[in-house]
Amino acid sequence: MQRLFLLCAVLFLAAPASAENVLRWASQGDAFTMDPHAQNEGQTHTFSLQVEEQLVARKPDLTKTPALAVSWTLVNPTTWEFKLRPNVKFHDGRPFTSDDVVFSFKRALLPTSDMRDIIGMISDVVAVDPLTVRIITKGPDPILLDEVANIFIMSRGWAKEHGVEVPHESGKESYAVRHKNGTGPFKLELREPDVRSVMVKNPDWWGLKDQPHNVDRIIYTPIKNPATRVAALLSGELDFVLDPPVQDLARIESSGTFTVQKTASPWTIFLGMNAGGQELASSSVKGKNPFADIRVRKAVNMAIDRKGIAQRIMRGLAEPAGNLVPPGVYGYDASLDVPMAFDAEGAKKLMAEAGYPNGFDLRLDCPNDRYLNDEQVCQAIVGMLARVGVKATLDPKPRTLHFPKVQNKKTDFYLFGWGTDTTDAHNHLAFLGLPTSVWNATGYSDPPLFDMINAMATEVDKAKRDTLIRDATIRLRDAHSYAPLYHPMLAWATRKNLTLPVAPDSFPRFSYARFK
Amino acid sequence: MARRFLRRLIQAAAVMVLAALVSFLLFNYIGDPVSNMVGERASAEDRTALRDRLGLNDSFVVQFARFTANAVQGDFGMSYRLQRPVTELLAERLPATIELVLASALFAVVLGVSLGIFTAIRRDSWLSRVILAVSLVGVSLPTFVIGIGLIYLFAVTLGWLPSFGRGDVVQLGWWSTGLLTASGLKALILPAVTLGLFQMTFILRLVRAEMLEVLGADFIRTARAMGLSDTTVNFKYAFKNASLPVITIVGLKLGELIAFSIITETVFQWPGMGLLFIQAVSFADVPIMAAYLFMVAFVFVAINLVVDVLYVVLDPRLREAKA
Repeated sequence: MQRLFLLCAVLFLAAPASAENVLRWASQGDAFTMDPHAQNEGQTHTFSLQVEEQLVARKPDLTKTPALAVSWTLVNPTTWEFKLRPNVKFHDGRPFTSDDVVFSFKRALLPTSDMRDIIGMISDVVAVDPLTVRIITKGPDPILLDEVANIFIMSRGWAKEHGVEVPHESGKESYAVRHKNGTGPFKLELREPDVRSVMVKNPDWWGLKDQPHNVDRIIYTPIKNPATRVAALLSGELDFVLDPPVQDLARIESSGTFTVQKTASPWTIFLGMNAGGQELASSSVKGKNPFADIRVRKAVNMAIDRKGIAQRIMRGLAEPAGNLVPPGVYGYDASLDVPMAFDAEGAKKLMAEAGYPNGFDLRLDCPNDRYLNDEQVCQAIVGMLARVGVKATLDPKPRTLHFPKVQNKKTDFYLFGWGTDTTDAHNHLAFLGLPTSVWNATGYSDPPLFDMINAMATEVDKAKRDTLIRDATIRLRDAHSYAPLYHPMLAWATRKNLTLPVAPDSFPRFSYARFK
Repeated sequence: MARRFLRRLIQAAAVMVLAALVSFLLFNYIGDPVSNMVGERASAEDRTALRDRLGLNDSFVVQFARFTANAVQGDFGMSYRLQRPVTELLAERLPATIELVLASALFAVVLGVSLGIFTAIRRDSWLSRVILAVSLVGVSLPTFVIGIGLIYLFAVTLGWLPSFGRGDVVQLGWWSTGLLTASGLKALILPAVTLGLFQMTFILRLVRAEMLEVLGADFIRTARAMGLSDTTVNFKYAFKNASLPVITIVGLKLGELIAFSIITETVFQWPGMGLLFIQAVSFADVPIMAAYLFMVAFVFVAINLVVDVLYVVLDPRLREAKA
């Protein structure tokens, strides 16, 4: 009996020794699919970033760098020419050529692709020779490179062989849901959705000579429960956690074996106000719309204690915001991002001037599973607004219920957030400022502002475009149709023997990782 | 007998249809799955097109009829989140849940029965009092807290057991088992204890109460008076008589273990059906939720049906009353 117990103990405790550098990491949820064009979603892109490559990639600091294209030139205002990297092979051995680029872009533009809206300016992609492609746009597109940096290149031959030339065919499981074939630094070895995914080093990667990483194997496990995720890190079962809970950061750091890296992320969390409606459906004020008066909207902006929210609710993981364009994107200007001073008395005065000395009531719509501490932030805002007479009833809902409210403009007052995928200010201004955007429920109308935003989409003169961005940013900010709250920061926890540069877009790039 | 069984069968089928209908009604309140299925940048037209492809624009009656017609043939559609057939996903996750439930049932029954007998026989010893006091904790603490507590003690502080997952698994045909590897067995301990603790304390208290009642009965006094040994009296006569209600209850509790496993699986990232369900809820992944609820309803209905039939078989009075 005792011997049996000893045997068991030996079996249990013996860990296999390995000379490989294995990077074990976790975050809250798994990628939806391995298909690089079927989902525009965080974890899905994280997998693509390790296995597949774009023509132009981004470094962890988000600056652009040549990847599958070595150089590019603007042939005429609507035609870009890319010279492709020679002697690159896909993981299955197929050579990489311009044909694969044409195929991948056309695939990403298909109706079932989730990436088509990002590259909607592209009208055609043609192969000039095996190592040259031309991308033709519908009009001049100054941010084409930023858009191209979101499109991953697949092999046409591989896609044809496995019948995955169209992303996302419903009714049956597509081969691309659990398989990947790229040119990137890691190969997908095992894919068990929600359970475990394993990637191994691609020894033939073209980038190895300039960027000699020493990660041999990456094991990813989604761990939904935040407390379990932290426990798994502290117990030594993980080397990296993408999204440690804010309240545990101090504890992780004080353990001595882990580093917590923080960085600003190109996001803004804000409140939207229905400035365009005839009246507010959720308010007892009838016949007129309080938010139609800029003084009321400004009062809401002044009534919010952004420093308090950043420090107490976000525990320092947020920068108070003064406008919608976040740091880290092209066109950001810190002098325009000075937060509105917290002034409850001034706000009350403005409310009285606007004819609401006793305030008014309405509903605040808020997501409770989308942004870090979103519901708590809303709770605090309800309290702050009550002090100036705005009696908001909080309606916290999961994103599946909150997002449709914003899309269908069925909200008077809502918390929302926007991050960038082009790292250009136009992205924030267009999605939040234009009346045609699905994500603008403010109904705020200002034709000159719309003209500016539309003009910057096609303006190729840099100085003129910079002025347009600056003017539009100021104009939208001073309309007070939005109350920008803060730019959230992100925190990564890594084991001390691992260096992994933190990226503001929250995508880990493991080819930059080093084990000491 | 046959008619009685047939009637119970028809009732069971009616319950299943009702369960499907109620769960389907609930799905109207979980929101729009499309807002998770496409990126936040997708246009309104793309969203409508996807809704059309999924059949979400059809009327409730049409959607429900389609669901039932397919479900009867064992087809629960494709998961919105994972883009894979739901039946295949459930079959993949079933072994993990079954192994967890069986391990915790074993833990609950073995420990619950032995501690129950012990505390009944040695009812005044200090050890019995300690066991009963600790069992109160098991009854009153939520599973979530017990799980996290065990993780911090055995994984973080002591470093003996893993804090998440199922360890290495071996494929036996379509069944994946963690029972054949050291890391799989190690990974099973904490989740099984967490899931089984409540049932264990429940069985302990039940066995103890039944034993105390039987031990006070006349035939036990007679047995003692006849000079039988303590062991014979306690186990051959007392426990045998006390075990009948225990067996019934334990059978019914198995269904509860499957239902409770949702929380335990979430805490330990145990890749079973409960975890699949929780992830489906936050994504509004209706096909998975519908299939899971359908299956849980089926398990409960099946257990109840079997218990009902067993009652008739075991209890002659019920048979005669009907004949």
